[in-house]
Amino acid sequence: MKEASPAKAYALHLGVIALLFALSFVLPEYHHGLLARIMVLAVFAMGYNMLFGYVGLLSLGHAMFFSAGLYGAGLAVIHLGWSVPAAFTAGLACGALLALVIGLLALRTTGVAFMIVTMMFAQVFYLIILYFASWTGGDQGLVVPQSARVLVVGSTSLGLTEPTVRYMSALALFSIVLLVTLVIVRSRYGRVLVAIRENEERTKMLGYDTLSNKLVAVVVSGTICAASGAAYALLFGYVGSTFASVQYSILPLLWVLLGGAATTLGPLIGTLFMYYVVDITSGYTSAYLLIVGIALILLVLFFPKGILGTIRQRWLGWLP
Amino acid sequence: MTDKNGFFDLSKTGLTRRTALKGLAAGAGLAVAPGFVRYSQAQSSAPIKIGFQSHRTGIGAAYGRWYEKTTAAAVKAINDAGGINGRPVEVIIEDDGTDPGRGAEVVGKFATQHKTDIVYGTLFSHVVIGSAPAAGEAKMPYFVVSEGHHVASTKLNRYVFQPGITDVKSQIQAMAPWIAANAGKKVTQIFPDFAFGYDHRDYLPPALKAQGAEVIAQIAIPPTESSFTKYFPQIPAETEVIYHVMVGPAVLTFVKELGEFYGSNRPQLFGFIDSLEATDINSPGLEFLDGSHFWEGSPRYAQPDDSAAQKAYRAAVGIDDNGAAVGDPKDVSTAAHMFGCWETLYVVKKAMEDAGYKGPEDRAKLVEATEALTEFAEGPEHPQGPKTFNGKIHQCFGIQNISKVEGGRLNVVHKTKIEDGLYEPEGDYTTQPL
Repeated sequence: MKEASPAKAYALHLGVIALLFALSFVLPEYHHGLLARIMVLAVFAMGYNMLFGYVGLLSLGHAMFFSAGLYGAGLAVIHLGWSVPAAFTAGLACGALLALVIGLLALRTTGVAFMIVTMMFAQVFYLIILYFASWTGGDQGLVVPQSARVLVVGSTSLGLTEPTVRYMSALALFSIVLLVTLVIVRSRYGRVLVAIRENEERTKMLGYDTLSNKLVAVVVSGTICAASGAAYALLFGYVGSTFASVQYSILPLLWVLLGGAATTLGPLIGTLFMYYVVDITSGYTSAYLLIVGIALILLVLFFPKGILGTIRQRWLGWLP
Repeated sequence: MTDKNGFFDLSKTGLTRRTALKGLAAGAGLAVAPGFVRYSQAQSSAPIKIGFQSHRTGIGAAYGRWYEKTTAAAVKAINDAGGINGRPVEVIIEDDGTDPGRGAEVVGKFATQHKTDIVYGTLFSHVVIGSAPAAGEAKMPYFVVSEGHHVASTKLNRYVFQPGITDVKSQIQAMAPWIAANAGKKVTQIFPDFAFGYDHRDYLPPALKAQGAEVIAQIAIPPTESSFTKYFPQIPAETEVIYHVMVGPAVLTFVKELGEFYGSNRPQLFGFIDSLEATDINSPGLEFLDGSHFWEGSPRYAQPDDSAAQKAYRAAVGIDDNGAAVGDPKDVSTAAHMFGCWETLYVVKKAMEDAGYKGPEDRAKLVEATEALTEFAEGPEHPQGPKTFNGKIHQCFGIQNISKVEGGRLNVVHKTKIEDGLYEPEGDYTTQPL
């Protein structure tokens, strides 16, 4: 593996951010709105990638972290009347706390057991949402009122339902998480995570406390996913238990596998690709999931490490 | 950071750069190009465009299919009669996967990609609630056919309407007088432990109390449950009526196990046909339902006193006397709900004509014109029966049917009055800005 110079790596990522910024001014209205949603969900995928890609822990329960942010922010606005920044912070705090508790319990296991344990916790979380339906809206969910989705900056009020504000808010979140991810994976800590993924026993033998390193990774991953969920609630105005269902634990896995696990930009590429394949093919046939399935098989055959993962392996070894 | 031991290597297939690039280019071209060509064509269309948010896949697929058939029949009838304001109606269908997240995206797609005049046709409550913010933000009139109480609760927004089907709160309230007078005074409720069940849990007890009857037990069944026998001992012995609203594939097991539990000596049974929409009432295991009663929005089976409008509607949609598709007796319709699509489209027609609707710039006028509607007379446009419409809560109120399972079919034994289902409005959408 080649190591990219810091300048090269940051230039690439800043270039992607600049491109997304520029797209805001040229994209047709529909794609503008869709890309805002994709960026928010790409953050979810980046959070997932942090754990799956860099630590090698395959979780089937990340929907609970996304939902912790979703409900943490959404319910704070709906029931407590909190402002957007306070609600977003509440969402982050919920995700971080939940990730800490789940991490402490689930990291006692590895491999398949870790998958099952995380999936079971996520199912518990899902059922708790249904159980407290009078607060959460149960399976129907709740609407976050449009009037409450306003970001006040000084004397200016920015309605998060305005397309440009929404796009730029999504881009800001995406950019921060992307750069934070880049910093983490290029740091000493990031290298320790990769070492754990490649050979945990050897890493232990070298003197690293792998459990605490993994726990930090779970918390970081859960917090990033919660940031995505909180942003989703505040930008798109709906919180619902569907987002806590197992389907939303599988989706980030697919997005990451498609884009390239353990690549910083892979989650964006995977989410973008999957969204557009579904969006375009569903216009032609109700069997669009079949086409999605075929697309996935083709990708596995021709891009076994995901799109960016394969590009890195074959051509651009310096990609972070 | 690359992995060295192939942790993510899902296959070891050899691949040349040329092959990979060819495949990527071809795939991207195939996937993207036709879509954009189609969008540009759609934007140049002249007719009134109705975006149909359909449950083609996911748990709502059986409903979605029949909603599409009914919609196609109604649009054909409207177009054959000259369209709306002299313009033909075109329906553009997008699948929401019965998923609220995708539902919101679909509404956005109708608003900004297809540029439809309205969005219409959603059934499942969580999809309606998930999509409503997108409709409100896009100032897109959103006509749902959901029967949920969410629209009438005034918790959504000014752009969401339900003018074609009575909401579940009203339905339940309208059932109470008949249950108390004919089935029994002591009622035990069995319902799924999620929102659809909660409507019944919350609205039936006060409605029965007003009729001198009472709910003596409420048994919530977790949504993941697949066997029900262990819950039946919770049914109090003095129960005179079991009121059940189980939905989903588990309903067959539920009925079978209830039959095994009670044998021939059972209390009266009253249910909502939602449990058995698109399911043949003569399916093995459902024999136990013989003699029991069901709510039906519109009767599945043709009735002796069907109006000419009802007969014409059934013929247009293509359902036979048993409520199944003409030519395919096994393809049972969702008759109790799908009439709402037909009637909603005629409400849209009426409101657009009242508003002098010309295009998306008149959407606010369309909202106000819809809110100004008050009554829909029974007839070809409203074959299920007459309705009143409350513009403040965007909800219509109609008659309901109570049917008895007899000889393998459902016979209507009682029709409620509109007044039976009226309740005090919980808010007023018209105070919200357009």
